[in-house]
This record gives sequence, structure tokens and C-alpha cells, in this order.
Amino acid sequence: MSSSSAKLPGKPAAKTIGLHVGTIRPGVPKVDPIITMDNVSRKFGGLVAVDVEHLEIPRGAITALIGPNGAGKTTLFNLLTGFDKPDTGTWNFAGKSLAGIPAFKVAQMGQVRTFQLTKALSLLTVLQNMKLGAKDQRGEKLMFSIFPFLWKAKEQEIEEKALELLKRFKLDTKKDDFAASLSGGQRKLLEMARALMTDPVLVMLDEPMAGVNPALTQSLLEHVLNLKKEGMTVLFVEHDMHMVRHIADWVVVMAEGRVVAEGPADEVMKNPAVIDAYLGSHQDTDLGTVTGRITLPPKGKK
Amino acid sequence: MDWSAILSNTAQGLLSPATMAFALAALGLAMHFGFAGLLNFGIAGFMAIGAYGYAISILTFGFEWWQGILVSLVASVLFSLLLGIPTLRLRGDYLAIVTIAAAEILRLLFLTNAFVDVTGSADGLSGYHNSFRAANPFPEGDYGFGPWTYNNIEVWVLILGLITLAICAFLLLLLMKSPWGRVIKGIREDEDAVRALGKNVFAYKMQALIIGGVFGSLGGIVYALPSAVNPGVYVTSLTFFVWTALLLGGAATVFGPVLGAVIFWVLQAFLSNVLPQLVSSGILPFISSIQASTIRFILVGVGLMLLVIYRPQGILGDKKELTFVK
Ligand SMILES: Nc1ncnc2c1ncn2[C@@H]1O[C@H](COP(=O)(O)OP(=O)(O)OP(=O)(O)O)[C@@H](O)[C@H]1O
Ligand SMILES: [Mg+2]
Repeated sequence: MSSSSAKLPGKPAAKTIGLHVGTIRPGVPKVDPIITMDNVSRKFGGLVAVDVEHLEIPRGAITALIGPNGAGKTTLFNLLTGFDKPDTGTWNFAGKSLAGIPAFKVAQMGQVRTFQLTKALSLLTVLQNMKLGAKDQRGEKLMFSIFPFLWKAKEQEIEEKALELLKRFKLDTKKDDFAASLSGGQRKLLEMARALMTDPVLVMLDEPMAGVNPALTQSLLEHVLNLKKEGMTVLFVEHDMHMVRHIADWVVVMAEGRVVAEGPADEVMKNPAVIDAYLGSHQDTDLGTVTGRITLPPKGKK
Repeated sequence: MDWSAILSNTAQGLLSPATMAFALAALGLAMHFGFAGLLNFGIAGFMAIGAYGYAISILTFGFEWWQGILVSLVASVLFSLLLGIPTLRLRGDYLAIVTIAAAEILRLLFLTNAFVDVTGSADGLSGYHNSFRAANPFPEGDYGFGPWTYNNIEVWVLILGLITLAICAFLLLLLMKSPWGRVIKGIREDEDAVRALGKNVFAYKMQALIIGGVFGSLGGIVYALPSAVNPGVYVTSLTFFVWTALLLGGAATVFGPVLGAVIFWVLQAFLSNVLPQLVSSGILPFISSIQASTIRFILVGVGLMLLVIYRPQGILGDKKELTFVK
């Protein structure tokens, strides 16, 4: 079987560089951070799931958040988006402190996330799923909702936008089907498209490629790169290092709740701390081989 | 067997204050459960608030009938807030437990002797009809035909009930076709996903709880309009009867609850007439005619179980929805 990664164009996408200030180290300051965190920690009983001393996410770039299973990536996502509360720490988004801000307000500020376990709204159609993402629909207010003439025009606008996005994500033929009838990968696409309906400033994707077939992975990567072109900031969690290498401008590595390394993809992957976190004893193997969807070469060939 | 009496009594079940009261309450449940996914097992409590609120405002405070209705509606909104503020943030099944308990507390408060001057305790309340009947625009006489013949007071009750039902159904239809309704249905499917899209889920759930609660208390008022408020009515089994009507017609529809209420009462009327007659004419052996008329409640229970197992989306529900087991 040929690997998905082999289908990626040989050259990675053009990277945004010059994101950091000073020497590269965990917690290095950024030229233009969109998110800044200090001493953010979250414990589950005795387990420290997240303990981040300082971290900045660069604006207008694609940042990958990587780390082994259980490193605390999803928990950090939950903390940043108001779905969970940290035990300590402060963090802000675009200069506004987010401590104690409920999840829906965080989303309204333009920081929109997707979930590792996809949340398609099963008994809504694909199109309704999309429309739900739209902002500024007066008809969503109880008082306005019973007067269709107050929101019909906006609804038309929203529908056009939704159809356009669905076309981009190759879901337009499914628009009238229940979301429940979509495949796992299609749901991932729907969730991402739905998040884009909100016109986000920062898009946070938790394993957007998981379960998506290789051909689609390619176009998904294009979508993510397009988001950057359109001026959005992307923060995504991903296990496949080939993909990370391909699109991420900056990589943050977590292990056991801490940020153990960060930097441009190629440099991070040479970092002993990262190799240690991922590989433990198999330190002679290439990181991309272990984490990518690639068949391991027979011993000795390498 | 006196079939003409059986059929005529059954036909009356089609259009009665009880039918409309159930239809209203089931509409409220459709809002709560069918559309917003809120498991309300205390609809009897909302109906009790409607009925008692109406009767007490008139008897104790000397209000006009329409003021009584307003008081009931305000009371049901307060009750929703009281229930919702602590529980809507919790997982869905907690609301079910709290609502069932709250409805029982309410019933016992109305039943206790401590407030007998206001609530009438076990006797309930009656004799609050003067203001309502004085407002009756229908001159004395009989209206309608066949089994549906009513005097002017009954017609007044029925007309008001029908108007209320029509307004509520229309309102619910408008709401659920709107973007507001879309958010509500989204919350039913996965509230975190809706939250992640920037919607204030708590506020939406509260609005749904209040609207459904208002429908329920309107149902209670319509129930109380023709004769009296009886504490024996607002028990937990009333809640389950309304649920039966809702599931029968289709929980996530607007006309389903109305259809379900009609079928429920027509069947009730039919069975309560036919079963005792079957006994007295010797067709049903081993039981007395009193036992026979309670068999219908057993049948309701069996019917509810069969319904949930074999047609969970109800008569008017979307067949496609069945394909997807949640
Ligand atoms: N709600 C919870 N209760 C208890 N422990 C939790 C909870 N959520 C996460 N954890 C623990 O916190 C740690 C970090 O979990 P998290 O989901 O953030 O990992 P992750 O980096 O996203 O992993 P993966 O790559 O497998 O998705 C894990 O050890 C997990 O067991
Ligand atoms: Mg995770």
C-alpha cells in the first residue's frame, strides 16, 4: 500500500518565517502573538494534564500542536476555548483576557474550535448544520424569530455562503441529507466547514485529518493553507508528522502536560527532547516514519 | 351492548376541554423534549400551576378571569426559572429528576392542609366561574349537532380552548421554522457543538423551558375552565398520559402532539364506555365493570411501551429519523 504522505507534493508549502523573537526555546516570545498563556495548569485528580509556564501562538500563521497520546493537547484546547477551567493561570486572546469567559463568548470573539470526537448535529441536515454556524442572524433571537420578514434576507445570504463552503469541501451533493448519514471523514469536513461559517479569526482544529482518506487529506491540507491566505490564524493538533512538516509554520510540542519544545517543523523534529518524548527507546528511527501513515521500511534497509 | 351511546361518548372525546388541555400540554412537551431535548417529567406541575394560579387569583384575590390567566402565565415563567437556573447547566437526565420532584412538591403544597383557605386542600377549588361566564358572548341556548351539542357555557370554553390551541400551535410552528428553532434543534443534538459556534446555550434552553411551560400552564387553565380544580388530577400519571399523547403523535412535530391528544382521549372515551359494557354483556369474563374501566390505564401503559419500541418517532414523525439510532 502506498502511503498518504507519499502523495504529498515533494516540496512543503511556503512557510511563514520570522515568527519568534530571540533564541528558540520552549515559551519563546513571538513577534505578533494572538494567544498568550502564563502558568496555565489543569489537574485531574493527581494527574497533571496541562502545565504550561508560558506559550505564545503566532498570529497569521499555521501552528501545529503535537505530542504523544495523553500529552494534554485536547485539554489545552478545552482550556483555551472555555470548555474547561484551569486550576491556575491567565491567558488572553487578541489582547483580551479569557479567564472566566464562557465558551460561547470565546467563539463569538472569533476563536472557533472543532472537536477530536466529531460533533456533527446528526438530525439536522448538512445545510442546517452549516447555517447554524452563521453569525449575526437576527432570527436566532426569540423576539425576532417569529417575524420571518426580519430575517429572510439574511437567511438567503447565509445559505449562499454555506453552499459555497460546502462546494469547497465537496459536500454540496449531501446538503439535504441528515448529518447522521455522513461518513466519519465527511463529518470531520462538515465540522470544519461549519466552523468557517462563523468567520473566525483563529481556527483551532483538533486532529482534522484523523480518519480522512489520503486523497481528501491532500485537499484538506489545501483548505488549511487557504485559511492562512485568507488571513486567519490556525492552530491544529495532528499526529502525522509528515503533514505537520508540510503545512505548519511553527510547531509546539507537548509531553506530559508541558511544552517541551517549539520551533519550525524541521528543527523541532531534530530536537532530542522531542525524539525522546515520542520514541522513547526507538531513537534510531525517523520521527516521520513512526508518526506518519507510512509502512515501516524493513529493518536494515534504512 | 348500546353501541350508539358508546359511539356518541367516543365522538365527544374528539372535542373536549380535556382533549385541548392535553394537546396544549403535549405541545409544551414537544417544545421541551421533541425540539430542545429537555427531559421534562413535571408537565403535570406546570398544568397545576395554570389551574391553581387561575382559580386562586379569582377566588382569593378577586381578579377578573383574564387577569387570572395572566397570573398563571407569570407563575409558570417563574416556575421555569426556578427549575432551570440550577439544572439546565447539568446533564439532561438531571432535569428529568428535578422536574418530577418539583411537580410532586407542588402538588403536595396544593394538597396540604396548611393552606386550605387558599388551595382548598383535598377538596380542590370550585366556584370561580362568574367572571368568565359573564364575559361569555354566546347567548343562552344549544349549539352544534349530534354528539357535539353544547350549551352556551360549554361552547365558550371550547372556543377559547380552540383559539388558545391554534395560537400556540401556530407560534410553535413559526418558532421551529426560524433560525431560533434551528439553534434549539442543534442543542438537542449536541449542545457543546452549538456552544462552540458562539450560541448562548443556557439562554436558549431557558427560553425553551419557559415557552413549553407556558403552553403547559395554558393547558392547565383550559382543564380548569369548565368546572373545578381537583388536586387528584395533577399527579405523576397525568405527566405520563401527556407523554403518551406526545409520543403517539410525534415528539418532534407540531401537529403530532395535537393529534396524539385527540387519539388519546377518543381511545379513553371509547374504552371507558366499551369495557364495562363488555363485562355486563358477559363477553369479558372474570372481572367486574369497575375493574374493566381501569383496564384502560393498563392498556395505555402497554400502548406507550409498544410505541416507544416500534415507532419512537410517532405517527407524524419523520421516518428518516428512525434510521439513525442515537
Ligand atoms: N475529563 C478528564 N478526566 C480525567 N482525566 C482526563 C480528562 N480529560 C483528560 N484527562 C487526562 O489528561 C491527560 C491529557 O489528555 P488529553 O485528552 O488532553 O490528551 P491529548 O494530548 O489530546 O491526547 P490524544 O493525542 O490521544 O488526543 C490524559 O492523561 C487523560 O487521561
Ligand atoms: Mg486529543
